Amino acid sequence: MKITEQEVRHIASLARLRLSDDEVEKLGEELGQIKEFVETLNEVDVSSVDATAYILDKQNVLREDELKPSFDRELILKNAPAKEAGCISVPKVVE
Amino acid sequence: MKGCVKFMSKYDEYEVIMGLEVHAELSTKTKIYCGCSTEFGADPNTHCCPICTGMPGVLPVLNKKVVEYAVKMGLATNCEIAKFSKQDRKNYFYPDLPKAYQTSQYDLPLCEHGYVEFMVGDTLKRVGITRIHIEEDAGKLIHDPYTGDTLVDFNRCGVPLIEIVSEPDIHSADEAIGYMQTLKSILEYLEICDCKMQEGSLRCDVNLSVRKKGETKFGTRTETKNLNSFKAIARSIEFEIKRQIDELEAGGEIYQETRRWDDDKGIGYAMRSKEDAHDYRYFPEPDLAPIVLSDEYVNNLKVNLPEMPVARKTRYINEFNLPEYDAEQITNSKYMADFFEKATAVCNNPKLVSNWIMSDISRILNEQEITITEAKFTAEQLGELISLIEKNVISSAIAKKVFEDMAVSGKNPKVIVEEKGLVQVTDEGAIREIVQKVLELNPQSVEDYLAGKEKAMGFLVGQTMKESRGKANPGIVNKLLKEELEKLK
Ligand SMILES: [Zn+2]
Repeated sequence: MKITEQEVRHIASLARLRLSDDEVEKLGEELGQIKEFVETLNEVDVSSVDATAYILDKQNVLREDELKPSFDRELILKNAPAKEAGCISVPKVVE
Repeated sequence: MKGCVKFMSKYDEYEVIMGLEVHAELSTKTKIYCGCSTEFGADPNTHCCPICTGMPGVLPVLNKKVVEYAVKMGLATNCEIAKFSKQDRKNYFYPDLPKAYQTSQYDLPLCEHGYVEFMVGDTLKRVGITRIHIEEDAGKLIHDPYTGDTLVDFNRCGVPLIEIVSEPDIHSADEAIGYMQTLKSILEYLEICDCKMQEGSLRCDVNLSVRKKGETKFGTRTETKNLNSFKAIARSIEFEIKRQIDELEAGGEIYQETRRWDDDKGIGYAMRSKEDAHDYRYFPEPDLAPIVLSDEYVNNLKVNLPEMPVARKTRYINEFNLPEYDAEQITNSKYMADFFEKATAVCNNPKLVSNWIMSDISRILNEQEITITEAKFTAEQLGELISLIEKNVISSAIAKKVFEDMAVSGKNPKVIVEEKGLVQVTDEGAIREIVQKVLELNPQSVEDYLAGKEKAMGFLVGQTMKESRGKANPGIVNKLLKEELEKLK
């Protein structure tokens, strides 16, 4: 079950990916296969199992409101391709 | 909706429907999922760690206080508190969001189905609260004027927020302001948000649509984002109401879009259109465990809620005999109410303290464009000033002058009175001399008074006060004037 070209382009734009026409074609098939594989889960009888959004047997994992040292700024900015005035510099964002 | 919109008939044919989404930054010491500081105004990117900058493989842990503060707000706004709540990822790409998703709450928020009530003019207004959920704030984008690039500061990333979503119950700018004012004072009373709108710690988005009166279908709504002053909220609403009605009247169409308000220019404009509408692909946050709250936990917070604005207002009316309007104005702001109580503790005259707050203090704060917490004078000083009036050390007229000085210098009223020699003259001999001089200088007024024109008395009192440079005790002036005039009959 192929994912349509339109769907692939929509997902790609949400993920900010630029795809060639060949890639759209190829990804449509691959994503379709992945979806089909995941859909095998539908064959399992879960009528006796409650729905959950969280699989671990944990709740209320909380911390106290206590200050911890932050990281050195140079370390935080280490991965940024461009820096300016202690900030990460990115191409102009137009709103 | 005062002003131009009101008296033009075509606008009267429409009904306005608004819902507000209010974001309040919680005043916790640390961020929502890490121990970095939430302090405002630090050097860029110095309150950051791998968790709040979205490095792979890190494990966020929810701050206990965030849950507590959100539940308190829910209780104070009559919400039902969820026994089971979870967090979700809201996915979108933007440079202010290093994780490429915002951790928020989607279908199971902490609080739901509440309401607040407040007065709009003489009418009690109720606005429903759809939900209150917890989420994290995003970073700050700064325009670099030299390179034209955008600079990113992640300090605000992960600062805890609550988003308070209202029902579409708001129908005018006045109601929107009343609603926002009410939320602000509740947040202040709970001490869970510093409500500094100019710093962005309290801000709101306005969803607005219009429809012809009598219609049952909603019109298409627009969302004006990130309004961070009462003035901007009111002006942007009036602008958007007029824009939508003008558009429809001209045969045009309203598009569902996100808009921004430019408060300097006084205009709103579209940011993103429907074609580019967000598809957030919410899904449950796998790194954060569900929040399960016991009745005991919620009840404990409920019984320990501080006195809320409405309760305090009622108490001021009953305990201090304040007029309802004054009590409402003073209790609107927790800081003003605290100021009132501190000043009253010093001078023991709540009515006079209230009068000062309602008149001279409000005027000075307006003139200086500050809030009571930023004022030079303290509540104790106002209390002392009022005590000086009550002990007849100074007259009310002189007190006003002393207050002007206090508001600028922050000096103690006693010091000002001594330095400027403003102590009230109660010596009858000294005042009688002034009275006699005034009568000599104003024979026409004396004649008028003796001829039965009572009005002339007021003039003569005024002249005597002026001659004493405001320092004569007005009661004694009145008494002596009458005595001296009697002699002339
Ligand atoms: Zn951090």
